[in-house]
Amino acid sequence: MRTTAFKLSAIYLIIFSIFATFLIVYIAFNTQVLMTRQLNATIQLEVRGLVERYRAGGLSELVKVIEDRSRRPGASLYLVTDFRGHYVAGNVAALPKWVMEKRGAVDQAVIYQRLGDVDQRKQYKAVVNVYETFGGYRLLVGRDIGERETFREVVEQAFIVSGILLVFLALLAWLFVSRKVLNRIDMIAVASRHIMAGQLDERLPVTQAGDEFDRLSDSLNVMLSRIEGLMHGLKEVSDNIAHDLKTPLTRLRNRVEVTLASEEADSQTYRQALEQTLEESETLIRTFDALLRIARVEAKSTQIEKIKLDIGAIAADMAELYEPVAEDEGALLTWDATSSQYIDGNRELISQAIANLIDNALKYAVRHVAEQRQTPDVTDQDQAAEASLPEQAKIHISVMSKASQVILSVSDNGPGIAKNDRQRVLQRFIRLDKSRNQPGSGLGLSLVNAVASLHEANIQLDDNEPGLIFSISFAQALPDQQQEQDS
Amino acid sequence: MHILIIEDDTEAAAYLVKGLKEAGHACDHAADGDEGYKLAASHSYDVMIVDRMLPKRDGLSIIEQRRTEGDETPVLILSALGEVDDRVTGLRAGGDDYLTKPYAFSELLARIEVMARRRSPSEVATTYRLADLELDRLAHTVKRAGEQIILQPREFRLLEYLMKNAGQVVTRTMLLENVWDYHFDPQTNVIDVHISRLRAKIDKGFEPALLQTIRGSGYSLREPD
Repeated sequence: MRTTAFKLSAIYLIIFSIFATFLIVYIAFNTQVLMTRQLNATIQLEVRGLVERYRAGGLSELVKVIEDRSRRPGASLYLVTDFRGHYVAGNVAALPKWVMEKRGAVDQAVIYQRLGDVDQRKQYKAVVNVYETFGGYRLLVGRDIGERETFREVVEQAFIVSGILLVFLALLAWLFVSRKVLNRIDMIAVASRHIMAGQLDERLPVTQAGDEFDRLSDSLNVMLSRIEGLMHGLKEVSDNIAHDLKTPLTRLRNRVEVTLASEEADSQTYRQALEQTLEESETLIRTFDALLRIARVEAKSTQIEKIKLDIGAIAADMAELYEPVAEDEGALLTWDATSSQYIDGNRELISQAIANLIDNALKYAVRHVAEQRQTPDVTDQDQAAEASLPEQAKIHISVMSKASQVILSVSDNGPGIAKNDRQRVLQRFIRLDKSRNQPGSGLGLSLVNAVASLHEANIQLDDNEPGLIFSISFAQALPDQQQEQDS
Repeated sequence: MHILIIEDDTEAAAYLVKGLKEAGHACDHAADGDEGYKLAASHSYDVMIVDRMLPKRDGLSIIEQRRTEGDETPVLILSALGEVDDRVTGLRAGGDDYLTKPYAFSELLARIEVMARRRSPSEVATTYRLADLELDRLAHTVKRAGEQIILQPREFRLLEYLMKNAGQVVTRTMLLENVWDYHFDPQTNVIDVHISRLRAKIDKGFEPALLQTIRGSGYSLREPD
């Protein structure tokens, strides 16, 4: 943690330093260039003025003007020499010899001594221009650049000061990061350790700031709520498993024990006990298989192999498989799958889901119709109610397409499911009669649910008035010319 | 038949050996993959029963190697993994049939007997005959005592499968897998209902009844003894 904060501060420091250096150097350089240009312009103006004076009044006028100007405070540099290089007029005491040999603007700063200075050896720097007038006379005009030097010193100083300031700021940033930001991370870490230790109801701290940490904590909290919900579901499932597997196991064990302990048991009794044991174990295996299958379907999510399928044909196939069963039980099973509807899916799983739906519809509708017809008081007193009684259980399977969705629905005229129970029936081991004495594992619709979510399909339960409509809407498979021609 | 069982659970294997011997078959048992491969390579068997997960060497690799070595012995794979894709990998490795644990012994027996007979050349027949029942696979017609019987397409396929394996016991699961191509347990007696419909068409009004229910196992199309 500390090293992260240090690294962050160091990176900030380096980036700031590079940027600041660049900025200062850039400003200094440009200012220097600008100042030099201004100096040269001033000098040239002055030269022009002096040359005009010279033309008007000759050398004596020039000397007079120069001497006059030299005495003013903050004066420019002036020097007039004759053809041998001897001093004629001006305020310059000493100059490097080569300067007077030049013509025009001298491209480097010239070191000179000033005439009339208290300290004769004091050196100054200046930008100068040199002109040849007549008969070997030369005129030098220049401006002291002491100001410019001062400016450079100021810049250098600013550079040093800002450097120190930067390091100081980086230290401050480091302190801030480690104190404030990393504290938040530490808080989150502590909370997650608690959650890991089993306190699933704990949540990550969210401040009022609404910053990235809060957003992160918010999402993680949503995730935690979901996990808590799943864990809760898992607990419910394991309780149900305990009930649904342990009850038959107990029965099985008791039967074996009682048979073994019985004194007058003959081979007929043993055979009967063994047959019942076999039957019971088969039921157990079925429940176990169904659970495993649901778990595997749920765990697989995207890995399962999906191909383009005609779900209409699959539904018709399953309906054909179940139609004699329905007829045997006095129910009417009808289906319409007139057109081919394609989805991407797994044939085996979708077939089983449809089988489970038909199985469920048959089971409840047949029983419901039988119960209604047996209720005596209705038949005796109310002829209209008698007429409205369903004659037989009816199950209808349909496959149709609607707005790039393929909807498979299985409807019945059974008891239906109350609105607030409709989501619950999709969970494992949920049977709406609490007694659990009806046949069935309570896993049929859970598998349908798992298969639907594997196919990213939506389940909807509606009232068939009377009865239930169970619909699954799949995304329609994209049209594939090749495949349609082949089939 | 001479059967090789490669299964690491010795108790389960002992039950298998006992049951198969009672059904009139001779058995060899190997408890791990290496031993199983050695036996398979050195003897000629009619059927091999191979557990998928074995110590030392897994079942599928034995089957794959025997297949590349030209061994055509029918193989039944036993496995605790029962999902469709597990089955597919098993059959791709060279297995002929796949049975998920826990299985009923009657299921296993019916499967290996059908599997062993399937290798015989009579498979290419275009017409199946049993007593006075006749099924023409090309013309898609069925006759009993010279009388034409109208069957639904699925009923025809059901009868075709039963006639192809006439005299053998076929289980409900085998029918569901081979006639309908489903590999899940439909929880209801769907197959029984279809069989009784078929029975009403081919046996009702004729003597003797050919489509027999074998208690605890499944069905068999055969002439009564």
